[in-house]
Amino acid sequence: MSEKLLFKDIDEPNLNTLSVYEARGGYDALRKALQMSPEDVLKELEASAIRGRGGAGFAMGKKVSFLPKGTMDKYLVCNADESEPGTFKDRELMQKSPHMLLEGIVIASYAAGTNRSFIYIRGEYVLQADILDAALREAREAGFVGEEILGSEHSLSLVVHRGAGAYICGEETGLLDSLEGKRGNPRLKPPFPAVQGLYQGPTLINNVETLATVPAIMRMGGAEYAKLGVETSTGTKLVSISGQVQRPGNYEIELGVPSREIVYDLAGGPAEGREVKCWFPGGSSAPVLTAEDLDVPYDFDSLAKAGSMLGSGAIIVVDDSTPIVELAMKLAKFYRHESCGKCTPCREGTNWTVKMLERIDSGEATPMDLDIMASVQEHIIGNCLCVLGDAMAMPIGSMIAKFRPEFEAHIEAARARNYGGPADPAAASDLALVAQGVLDA
Amino acid sequence: MNPSRQSVPMDKGVPRFEHGSRVPGWDTPADLDKDPATIPGVDGTPSVPVPVELRAEIEAHMALYPETRSATLPALEAAQRVHGWCSPEAIEQVACVMRLTPADLAAVATFYDMLDTEPVGRHSVYVCTNISCSLCGADALLAAIEDAVGEAADGKAEFNVRSFECLGACDIAPMASVDGVYVGPLSIEDVPALLDDVREGRPVLPDKQLAKRVCADAEANG
Repeated sequence: MSEKLLFKDIDEPNLNTLSVYEARGGYDALRKALQMSPEDVLKELEASAIRGRGGAGFAMGKKVSFLPKGTMDKYLVCNADESEPGTFKDRELMQKSPHMLLEGIVIASYAAGTNRSFIYIRGEYVLQADILDAALREAREAGFVGEEILGSEHSLSLVVHRGAGAYICGEETGLLDSLEGKRGNPRLKPPFPAVQGLYQGPTLINNVETLATVPAIMRMGGAEYAKLGVETSTGTKLVSISGQVQRPGNYEIELGVPSREIVYDLAGGPAEGREVKCWFPGGSSAPVLTAEDLDVPYDFDSLAKAGSMLGSGAIIVVDDSTPIVELAMKLAKFYRHESCGKCTPCREGTNWTVKMLERIDSGEATPMDLDIMASVQEHIIGNCLCVLGDAMAMPIGSMIAKFRPEFEAHIEAARARNYGGPADPAAASDLALVAQGVLDA
Repeated sequence: MNPSRQSVPMDKGVPRFEHGSRVPGWDTPADLDKDPATIPGVDGTPSVPVPVELRAEIEAHMALYPETRSATLPALEAAQRVHGWCSPEAIEQVACVMRLTPADLAAVATFYDMLDTEPVGRHSVYVCTNISCSLCGADALLAAIEDAVGEAADGKAEFNVRSFECLGACDIAPMASVDGVYVGPLSIEDVPALLDDVREGRPVLPDKQLAKRVCADAEANG
């Protein structure tokens, strides 16, 4: 059984209230941290080697240390936008244990020397935002948030800010623009937010799960925390698993366990009689992996080595009843809808990818179109202000690379269906796919 | 250009004006007799009346931030609650209170999915049709809800049914957010009860609400 740090008491009744959270040892970590100097708290965070849980996997301690010293206005922003398809871990944490997040924010702000903080929560999470607001009121009354927290010199204001529905606002600079009351367009980097972020001030941005882990790190000590997981991916991680599995949900795992254990032992694998066709290891922006990759250890570096990424820790399982073209279309249409339109490769690339997929689906395409589509993806990657374009290009590119025969079969089957004529003998293998139910006859 | 492409009607998919442009009035001269546009509220007095509660709510949001402009989203959300959608009137009222131009606010309102810049039904039903939900049958669910609403006499006025991008509840796929309440997993048989609950003002499908779900991790709570 793996260690549970975040989910230890998660379904405890009324854990969202201060009295129950405190009875379970809540805010002890904050008391401990405030006895230490901010530098020592930062050292613990660095020793824990915890990497950001939002998607990029950047070392949290290092991020905090990038903030300039001095007395200028500095900000801490908690990214609770959680809009990556397949991800719903922060939702469960905020709904059931909001004080854990608040405690983490206060400790992190103490280490980083920030006095103003914001939680940017997506507007769709009405229940969770209401719970956070109620928890914040309680914490403020008890003196855990506000002026001179628990008699120390540290003061912190905290505002729960609700978004209004835009995937791009999960990107850190898009989030900052949105928090400033503008359209959520990402900014040119550098300067990075640590230097020039919210209201042009130095800003630390962390994911909900990262900040919620901070109290546990302070309780057990950074070095002890670093013993969990594997060398370059320490600690436990919440994994949201969904799609065609029998027991979808959030699971807390130790980083480095085989992915197969998560997909089969925890989530029950696909329905009986079905096999895993492909899976996204880290949200829909991660390149897909196939059933052969299920033995890859689930940690940042192993998944990167396998050609994908851990991302936000959201596994989406697709079984063999789903045609790959349908999946690619769903994905491309999502990114087309959510592209903010600021950079050309992303705005045009997502649109043209959808158009090319529609050609494939209607039988107008030729196999050469697959090469064109793959090259469009290559031209998006690395050429935009943010990674939204890449987030479409990487999974679509990986699907074309890994399932090319099925794309070709789909083109041929659609052509024969819509434009008549004998089926291409070279596409005889389609018939087998049709028989398996992979393709529509 | 491929000549066959030109025969595609120009208005296909994109709303266009009669002259073929997507922008109104590109070929008509400016009307110089018209009064110049005014920015409401720049002289300190609102030029349009704003409901007292709405004004108080927006000002309370503005007080929370170092720069008042940050209150744009909560302010538009509040105005939408009062007016039913971000109507030109709603936007003008927010502009008055926040000392911004209506154009600034309209630009923001059109960016976000939860702010409606066209009139919509009273109750929102957002059906998630992203990957995880559609793998579990969300497209058929959306079609069933749309059909049921389309058949009802009051359908369009009562319900704002739309497909939505990932709502962050893939564990209860396929799911919907009904006036902000997450329910799932939904089957097509649930649709009449769902719509009835909304019409009668009851809690929506109490047994299927996300709020009551326990953690999937059997080893949690250890």
